[in-house]
Amino acid sequence: MTELIANEMTSDTLIDDATLSEIAVTRDEFWMIVKRLGRLPNDVELGMFGAMWSEHCGYKNSRPLLRNFPTTGPRVIQGPGENAGVVDVGDGLAIVMKVESHNHPSAVEPFQGAATGVGGIIRDIFTMGARPIAILDSLRFGELSEGRTRYLFDGVVAGIAHYGNSLGVPTVGGEVAFAAAYAENPLVNAMAVGVIDARKLVSARATGVGNLLVLVGADTGRDGIHGCSGLASRELSETSEDQRPTVQVGNPFLEKLLIEACLELHQSGVIVGMQDLGAAGITSAVVEAASKGESGVEIDVQKVSRRAVGMTAYDVMLSESQERMLVVVKPESVASVQAIFDRWSLHADVIGRVTADGVVRVRDGETVVAEVPAWMLAEAPTYRREGKRPGWLDEPMPTIPPDPDRPGAVLHRVLRFPDIANKRAVFRRYDWSVQTNTLLGPGQSDAAVLRLKGTGKAIALTIDGNGRYCYLDPYRGGAIAVAEAARNVVCSGAEPIAATDCLNFGNPEKPEVYYQLEEAIRGMSDACRALGTPIVSGNVSLYNESNGRAIYPTPIVGTLGLLEDARWRTTAGFQSAGDRVVLLGSDEGDGLGGSAYLAERGYLVGPAPRLDLNRERAVQQLCLAAIRNGLIRSAHDVADGGIATALAESCLLGGIGFVGTAPAGEDPYRWLFNEAQSRIVVSVRSSDVAAVLDLAREAGVPARELGVVEGERLTLDGWLSENLADLADSWALDGA
Amino acid sequence: MTVQSGGGASLLRFGVIVFPGTNCDADTYHVLDRVLNAPVEYVWHAATQIPAVDCLVLPGGFSYGDYLRAGAIARFSPIMQAVSRFAADGGLVLGICNGFQVLCEAGLLPGALLPNDCLQFRCQWQDFRVESSDTPFTLTAQPGQVLHMPIAHGEGRYYADPAVLRQLKDRDGVILRYCAPDGSLDPSANPNGSLEAIAGICNEGRNVFGLMPHPERCSELELGGIDGLTIFRSLIEYRRNVEPSLVGVKRD
Repeated sequence: MTELIANEMTSDTLIDDATLSEIAVTRDEFWMIVKRLGRLPNDVELGMFGAMWSEHCGYKNSRPLLRNFPTTGPRVIQGPGENAGVVDVGDGLAIVMKVESHNHPSAVEPFQGAATGVGGIIRDIFTMGARPIAILDSLRFGELSEGRTRYLFDGVVAGIAHYGNSLGVPTVGGEVAFAAAYAENPLVNAMAVGVIDARKLVSARATGVGNLLVLVGADTGRDGIHGCSGLASRELSETSEDQRPTVQVGNPFLEKLLIEACLELHQSGVIVGMQDLGAAGITSAVVEAASKGESGVEIDVQKVSRRAVGMTAYDVMLSESQERMLVVVKPESVASVQAIFDRWSLHADVIGRVTADGVVRVRDGETVVAEVPAWMLAEAPTYRREGKRPGWLDEPMPTIPPDPDRPGAVLHRVLRFPDIANKRAVFRRYDWSVQTNTLLGPGQSDAAVLRLKGTGKAIALTIDGNGRYCYLDPYRGGAIAVAEAARNVVCSGAEPIAATDCLNFGNPEKPEVYYQLEEAIRGMSDACRALGTPIVSGNVSLYNESNGRAIYPTPIVGTLGLLEDARWRTTAGFQSAGDRVVLLGSDEGDGLGGSAYLAERGYLVGPAPRLDLNRERAVQQLCLAAIRNGLIRSAHDVADGGIATALAESCLLGGIGFVGTAPAGEDPYRWLFNEAQSRIVVSVRSSDVAAVLDLAREAGVPARELGVVEGERLTLDGWLSENLADLADSWALDGA
Repeated sequence: MTVQSGGGASLLRFGVIVFPGTNCDADTYHVLDRVLNAPVEYVWHAATQIPAVDCLVLPGGFSYGDYLRAGAIARFSPIMQAVSRFAADGGLVLGICNGFQVLCEAGLLPGALLPNDCLQFRCQWQDFRVESSDTPFTLTAQPGQVLHMPIAHGEGRYYADPAVLRQLKDRDGVILRYCAPDGSLDPSANPNGSLEAIAGICNEGRNVFGLMPHPERCSELELGGIDGLTIFRSLIEYRRNVEPSLVGVKRD
């Protein structure tokens, strides 16, 4: 054996490239496996290593960088490391949350890819013992004018609707944006949120020697084998369509039964540990449970119920069949566990037991087909790479010719831009009101607001990201993603208290992509620290490339806010004629760089907006203080499309117009459409204007009155005056 | 908010049926229990006996996944035979959304609910005109009154063949229609292509009522409206007609 290892460089005949490629393990990694084992792995073991060491499961490239995130805080009960993050919201309740990508499956099979993405993230929530109460999603596609984009977009929305609606978990928010960079590699990020009695969290640990491993839910089939290694962790290519069979098929009905049965099981107090089966199926579930529990496990694949004949141990270990759960219970509870699953017409197989030796041992009847210490599988090698600042960041910006249209016509154009257009056509396909907690649903406020029944409190939820900013400046883009998500939550009346993230990037083996990843994480980390939103969970999706071209670097941030009093909830639409509109914050010095306005004109030109985190924090605290003092009638942050878009949206959502005077000495296009950060448009009673301006002065935040809410037009005297009905027509998402 | 309840004998007792895949059971239970203070219990799909209740609610959801046709499998549940007997004996049966679909599939209500004409799920607020207050479910409403309630369904397009439709209308069996906010029957206010904008119907005995909107999602002010209470309060009022006393809504 030592001889064999000594000869490693010349022993490539031991394994061929095709096999390594199938399991997505490099030759160096193969030799690392041989060294750890002190022998050659057999096929089953090699398949298990391939899955566990995939980027998707093993975070090989991102793990060292993720250490920069702040992950603790007074409200954090559980940070990254379990199936989802857990945040204390008082009254004995905790919120469980996580976001996860399902990009590549959705690229090859949009409906099932998106559906199973929802199913997977929901399982992460109830695996913790929490009842899922909300879904949000963040989507990116190519240009909406492309036929393939429409196919992918419609399929993804239909898949999310199919799964979430059937489960009875409301889809309460989300965002979607379009750019050619995502044409072949769309992004489908799903976030799920649950609520639990804070004292009753379930861990994913397999502990207690002799305790039994029970596999519950769907039978195991051949679907999804190599999903995490072969599909999720490599670039898409022209042959990716052939990988459609590696995409799993979802069954929301089964998942609904699984939710109810697992939560009932949890209530009955017999669960020692619970781990869902997602990427890398049984392999990942038993390895995670054993390594977290610092124990070993022994399972027998013959005990696993199957939906196909002739499946090998390899197939069973790597199947990614959906809607399965691994539960660790004491031997004496098996009968009561079986009774609960019987009641829900789910069958449960005892497939193994917890052992003391730290080894994951897989039997096929009498034969041991894999025997590997859990840590070897769980601890994937990590790579710290050298990033390189992409050349385009330092290229001179092109000059942009003057806009041929008058400002009013430009506003119509910007509202029609698919990133900004009203997404009602999307969210009305989602059940957003089931569970009767949705106080503010999609499109009503900058964040969704859900009551926590029986407490008088509510939570606010949003999901946000901006690939353009990150492409132009990954540090700023990362920081802005965090800041804007927090600002959205603030506009709905909530204090931001925690965040979850999904990092969507290209191939990290490319130095420019690695630089983007590193810088975006640094920006996000700084913003999370400044704004008090530790990252409690997250997911990394790398290799988002097709035919060698990377997507825009796209970190997506899901933020949780808390309203100690649900009555503080605030909508984005103007309320009543006579109310005054005040801008909190200012745009001094910012240009049109990175704006939706320029993107609409076909320019991806920087610099991205600047972000002063002290100013951002001050603006957020000011807005919250004003809301809590009852001074604010509506609040809407200035984001994509600038202040003109913010004013138009507040008019359209409120069904009432606005009249203001254009500021003197300003370039109308810059003033109307720049995306300077840390700004919020609020409306207040005329009698409260002075109080709001006083609060702003005390907070050191510039603020000024912009105009008055009235009529049926959006007017900035001297620049534009547009009829609301016409603006509404432009705002409707074309052909969705 | 609670509806004042009187003596125990006059309380209307509710049973909420739970099929595998039902997902509005807890919402319905919450309104009956917490908002209306009514006695309520869950009834499991595998049960063959109906407990001592006055009104059975078949709540919304996707019973058995609704993979074949909404409600098509649930009608074969053991409990449905008992529901049929309960209805035949004059018991009150309320089918909401998927519950309405199940009642049609089970033949307790005429007609069928087909996929929406837009071929998509629709979740939105909608206006409904009360066509008849001559049922235990709508007796506190005025005919022509407009109720504002949410819908959330993919298969809500009511259909009946001409003979069945004529019979339904002749016996005043159409209870709710999709309408414009002013109560007019504007085709653009029909979200799913339902025949004659029909959104809710009752059986010949007027004790079985199915509707597509979700009254349980609009029975608390903070959820944006309380028109759903009209349905639940009518039931309680109906019971109270035997032993009349004031029914009023007051804030907690």
